[in-house]
Amino acid sequence: MNLLNRIFGKKTNSPANKLDTVPLEKPSAHLQGHAKHDRNIIVGTAQSTGLERSHNEDALFIMQGNSAGDHSLPSFGLFVVADGMGGHRAGEVASAISVRKVAHRITQETILHLFDGANSSDLPPLQEMVRQALEDANDAVVERVPGGGTTCTAALLLGQQVTIGHVGDSRAYLISEKETKVITRDHSLVERLRELGQLSEEEAANHPQRNVLYRAIGQGANLEVDVASHPIPHNAYMLVCSDGLWGVVPDIEIQRIVLSSETPQVACEKLIQAANAAGGPDNITAILIRFPPL
Amino acid sequence: MRRTTRTLGGTSSSEGNLGQLQSGVTLQDRYLILGILGSGGMSSVYKGRDLHFPNVTKLVAVKEMVNMAADPTMYEMVVRNFEREADLLATLSHPAIPRIYDYFTQDDSSFLVMEFIEGKDLEATLRDTEGFLLEDKVINWAIELCDVLAYLHNHQPQPVIFRDMKPSNVMVDKHGHIYLIDFGIARVFQPGQKGTMIGTEGYSPPEQYRGEASPQGDIYALGATLHHLLTKRDPRAEPPFTFTERPIREINPSISVEAETVINGALAYEPRDRYQTADAMKQALLSAAKKTGILASGATATAIKAEPEVEELWSFECEDEIRGTPNVANGVVYVGCYDNNLYALDAKTGDFRWKFATEGGIPTRPAILDNMVFIGSEDSRLYSLSADRGELLWTYYTEGPIRSSAIISEGHLFFGSDDANLHVVNVMSGNRAWKADAAAAIRSTPLTADERVYFGCESGDFYSIDFRGELKWRFKAKRAVTSSPILVDGMIYFGSLDWTFYALDAEGGWQIWRFRMGRPTISSPIYGEGNIYTGCADGHIYAIDARTSNEVWRFETEHQVTGSPIINEDSLYCGSVDGSMYCLDMRSGRLRWKFRTGGPITGTPVIQNNILYFGSNDHRIYALLT
Repeated sequence: MNLLNRIFGKKTNSPANKLDTVPLEKPSAHLQGHAKHDRNIIVGTAQSTGLERSHNEDALFIMQGNSAGDHSLPSFGLFVVADGMGGHRAGEVASAISVRKVAHRITQETILHLFDGANSSDLPPLQEMVRQALEDANDAVVERVPGGGTTCTAALLLGQQVTIGHVGDSRAYLISEKETKVITRDHSLVERLRELGQLSEEEAANHPQRNVLYRAIGQGANLEVDVASHPIPHNAYMLVCSDGLWGVVPDIEIQRIVLSSETPQVACEKLIQAANAAGGPDNITAILIRFPPL
Repeated sequence: MRRTTRTLGGTSSSEGNLGQLQSGVTLQDRYLILGILGSGGMSSVYKGRDLHFPNVTKLVAVKEMVNMAADPTMYEMVVRNFEREADLLATLSHPAIPRIYDYFTQDDSSFLVMEFIEGKDLEATLRDTEGFLLEDKVINWAIELCDVLAYLHNHQPQPVIFRDMKPSNVMVDKHGHIYLIDFGIARVFQPGQKGTMIGTEGYSPPEQYRGEASPQGDIYALGATLHHLLTKRDPRAEPPFTFTERPIREINPSISVEAETVINGALAYEPRDRYQTADAMKQALLSAAKKTGILASGATATAIKAEPEVEELWSFECEDEIRGTPNVANGVVYVGCYDNNLYALDAKTGDFRWKFATEGGIPTRPAILDNMVFIGSEDSRLYSLSADRGELLWTYYTEGPIRSSAIISEGHLFFGSDDANLHVVNVMSGNRAWKADAAAAIRSTPLTADERVYFGCESGDFYSIDFRGELKWRFKAKRAVTSSPILVDGMIYFGSLDWTFYALDAEGGWQIWRFRMGRPTISSPIYGEGNIYTGCADGHIYAIDARTSNEVWRFETEHQVTGSPIINEDSLYCGSVDGSMYCLDMRSGRLRWKFRTGGPITGTPVIQNNILYFGSNDHRIYALLT
């Protein structure tokens, strides 16, 4: 029934009268509970050192909040993957510092304000905060881990939009029945050559220098962070992962695993297995977020 | 982990932030630190004075590199790298390379004492110059840079590849002579498992990422530097190796063909296709400079299309300015005029059908539903008229001039008034359903979507209200929001007089991004193919990526753009206070045609059946066949 007519126009019977006389049926109560559960986002995570590396230089971080009620907070989440590099264990320090710095800035500038019940005007623009967070990580790595670097892909979910800050060649994907799409750009030399038409997709995938990056956290001054906001997909997934996964398991296989697994956690574990089954040449990290239907 | 606190021989520890030296500190009992010139990463550069010359002020530049490597092996390697570079610099002798006077290590820092250059680096010069740099100046710098590169590349016993040519590494002194600074002493070469980055992304040639350093690499970087200097487009903000996508003369038409050709010759993708020596490039530059000296600024002539590629179908003259926007339906164009009348004209021929007189000027856009036309006037009233004859159906009164255009949704008109209320009025009866109170006059067109109303007002407050009149959220810009919002993919977009364009989350009202413009904006945005298009009082029409807030392009008109653009197929149409209606390619921002009128265009055009309708302050309404 048209809401406006209901308010401005004719009056209808108040449904309250009916409730007094009709008992609640058990099946509908069960359905109610199920629907409520399906309204939240569900997250899975998994990590593995892989089969060839001796230690893990990837870092993963998730933080999630749901609320319900009449004046409830919007659901929020922060999902970060960082893949470290550099000799002498600099990689794991760089990636660890980066996720901490990103989490700190986002929590302080954005999430804490939500809890304050502050006016929405007071929140600084999300894209600027995400950019600042990755710049903080860059400054910290430059200062504390000379010669070290890391990729960083951070997704901030707030309400109906997800804002992604990204440097390097870890990836964020949107996965649904209809399509699997990478929504970040690899800052690798090889990807640039592919964009220029100098390499085919296959050549790029097998190129000996496919790991060479032209941008990384820890590179120093003038770091350019890619930031973009996307409306959240419904009844679909977002995957944030390091190249230990996407560089080894084809996109179509990733999609198949994600769509056929019972829960995002199961999917993540299966993705890791698939990467190891393909040789596990690098550290593997995956975060999978399921968005409920509308 | 080694600690970085230092005690400086004799004097008490006096560090600033991040362990930087404070002014007043003296190193080695000889170099008095006067202040900091710059810092980044692991190094800082200070202005200093050599106290061994007490009778004069001998200025020096003191570069400090702090060794923060934790691992002992790496620590030693860093020290050795510094020493090797210092030794190299000590053997170089060229007017464009600052002289090294001294080198010493103290605690965890190494210091290099060098000739002090009084001047500014090219990155700062670019930043501080309004408009483009002059070609002559840049070419002269380029010639001097080729000279010093040639010197380095021919150095015995080992050629020196600079590897880090970029604007911030070139200083220009007060005589206009260049100096190469920063020989990468602070840069630690880390052959890692993963990407090693040498040089600064953007200026570095493709092969440098494979670890190959050659003279042709420095030549590429010089070409990249010159490209940036002449176009003001920072290559670090673009994907690598894309200079061919931004031809110099396309961005800066005042540059000569000769100069562009030389720079392109340095930017070839393959090293073997570039100038093989810095000397060869220098000769090419000298030759180009000579040529352009003879050619009397031929490059400044820009071809302006005399005739627009558009046909005026008809125009109609009213008795005063047309400041607002027309609307078209059922073969009739309706437009309000400052002569207090609402006009109805035949859309094809411009023949007069009828006019309705109100008691105030009409800056608003008429709303049309079925056979009714609605118009708000500065006489404070909203009128409902029959579309075919202009007969009055009903009148609705507000308590202030109406400068906000009405929209129709769910059988109701939504519009604001200078009485600071949002009015919601039934289209049939003219009775008010409800109204909402705002902090100040509402002059923008409200937006309805998903049972919400969004609108801004003159105090800068922007509201989201539900159809019950209940406030959902409120956002405050720093100055008036006269621009009308649009909603795309869950984001609300609008501009403000506070020089900013905002993108807010439609549900929660928080900012996702904001875009700073050169002046205030009252223009309303429009969305097309991933971009937001809007005008600004700084004279530009902007195209902004809706998801990333990156500027895609901007087009400069000759005066303020206060009206809003519209899109049809792949063309963008927008009027300017300079009196012209512009038609641009929506993807590239390139001008397709422009049509001159006799007065400012402050309203928005409307298009139907490929006919573009708009009013001008020259009292006319125009119909152009596109």
